[in-house]
Amino acid sequence: MSFLQLKQITHYYFNRSSYTKALDNISISVDEGSFISLLGPSGCGKTTLLSIMAGIIHPTFGSVLINDKPLEKNQREIGYMLQQDYLFPWKNIIDNVLIGPKIVGNKQKEMTEKAKQLLVDMGLETVIKSYPNNLSGGMRQRVALARTLITNPSLLLLDEPFSALDFQTKLKLEDFVSALLKRYNKTSILVTHDIGEAIAMSDQIYLMRANPGEIHQLFEVPIEVRDLSPFEARKHIKYQHLFDRIWEELNSLETKSTIG
Amino acid sequence: MKQNQQSDKQLFDRHVKKIKADKRHTRYMQLLLFLSFFILWELSSQFHWIDPLIFSSPSRIVSLLYENILNGNLWYHMRVTVLETIAGFFIGTIGGIIIAFLLWNSRKLYDVLDPYLVVLNALPKVALGPIIIVALGPGYFSIIMMGAIISIIVTSLVVYSAFREVDKNYITVLQSFGATKWQCFKEAVFPASLPSIISTFKVNVGLSWVGVIVGEFLVAAKGLGYLIVYGFQVFNFTLVLYSLLVIAFIAAIMYQGVNKFEAWLIRKI
Ligand SMILES: Nc1ncnc2c1ncn2[C@@H]1O[C@H](COP(=O)(O)OP(=O)(O)O)[C@@H](O)[C@H]1O
Ligand SMILES: [Mg+2]
Repeated sequence: MSFLQLKQITHYYFNRSSYTKALDNISISVDEGSFISLLGPSGCGKTTLLSIMAGIIHPTFGSVLINDKPLEKNQREIGYMLQQDYLFPWKNIIDNVLIGPKIVGNKQKEMTEKAKQLLVDMGLETVIKSYPNNLSGGMRQRVALARTLITNPSLLLLDEPFSALDFQTKLKLEDFVSALLKRYNKTSILVTHDIGEAIAMSDQIYLMRANPGEIHQLFEVPIEVRDLSPFEARKHIKYQHLFDRIWEELNSLETKSTIG
Repeated sequence: MKQNQQSDKQLFDRHVKKIKADKRHTRYMQLLLFLSFFILWELSSQFHWIDPLIFSSPSRIVSLLYENILNGNLWYHMRVTVLETIAGFFIGTIGGIIIAFLLWNSRKLYDVLDPYLVVLNALPKVALGPIIIVALGPGYFSIIMMGAIISIIVTSLVVYSAFREVDKNYITVLQSFGATKWQCFKEAVFPASLPSIISTFKVNVGLSWVGVIVGEFLVAAKGLGYLIVYGFQVFNFTLVLYSLLVIAFIAAIMYQGVNKFEAWLIRKI
């Protein structure tokens, strides 16, 4: 039984003067504990698809099922991390992390301890009382992750979490997040336009094409690569093979779309 | 190397000293302007270069001030006007924020009210004075309403547009935790708009003064605005100018107070 199922999702954006068909007939099923990547060029509907999974956008057609039950609006199974960190600049770090429990109305005291523990786990114990503006991009991203994890979601949706970071920080954070999610045994969906990141982090890769957004092809990441940390995975020969295959596929998509 | 550092420091010290001297010079100039204005006024009045009956003189105003401080008249009238202004300021500002919230809460309400708000905003509010007085009776309440109505519409429009400009993604973050609309407002929209809200405070203090003084012109039997009208009617321009100076003084203090409050709030955020 699949943990998360998308059934024939189609989504339109309507404006006053025009409309965009952002997603066309997308069906995906995700097993519990697995790590999925959605890979595709910018504008192919990745963020839209993730917002639909998070229940923030209602698709024009189609349905989202979690454990065979329709996604409620207040489904607490899901943690959604946006494309930028969107930390609240007027709240300090610990209060930013505690915003989820506050919204849900959880016991503040217990949660404060948990938040502190999470921040310590992420190597952020020195900035608990700082404000987001005083943190580096990598630190902010870790805070955003802590904010997402504190409500203990079983499904994590990550929208290009590493795209705004410099390369070195990005590689470190990939390893960190990968290990953390394995430890907590989360089902995760990562959106990215970075082929290497998709291969290094995930078990399966859905390659999307644009206009309208569709699933083009599903790639399985070889077992040998899956079991390595992202940094080590990048050195594996099978990583390179898969990279080349996806690269060619992306190129063929591009030529098709320019011809068509 | 060491020598170089020392001369760097000396350069900086010289720079600081120069800035300080410049500041002191500006203060002297301001004081000079102040003194020469009042001395010139006093002399012109004494030597009848200007009509002392109309333009009075600083010495007469000061002696009236002294007299009124002693007999409690100053405090009596000042208190009335200041309380009316503060009440008008709070009602106008808080009312404007509440209206802005209602508009933000319902897009439909905004669409329906939009043309009316535009017209009301363009209307010179003091022109409503007589209607307010007829409707609410000639008393404090009307005057406070004058102080409030003058700022409430513009506040609601400014604050509403600040609410609308808040990055939607902050709301998305909260929605991903299942936040209600009110929670989104409280946790994201309101705090993100605070700088704009605070900037309306300063404008509204000035507006409330206008509303209250005009209100007092129209109905009051006490207050600084009343003193101005009364002085005008009995041709006592010393009284008019005295009231004017008191108003200028208190308004400046209030404005500074709001300034300080703003700085304090921004530091707190
Ligand atoms: N709020 C919106 N209103 C109208 N069109 C939108 C909106 N959000 C996204 N789109 C359009 O939908 C398509 C997919 O966008 P998005 O999901 O953000 O893609 P991606 O995340 O892959 O870059 C794009 O063509 C984009 O212009
Ligand atoms: Mg996107």
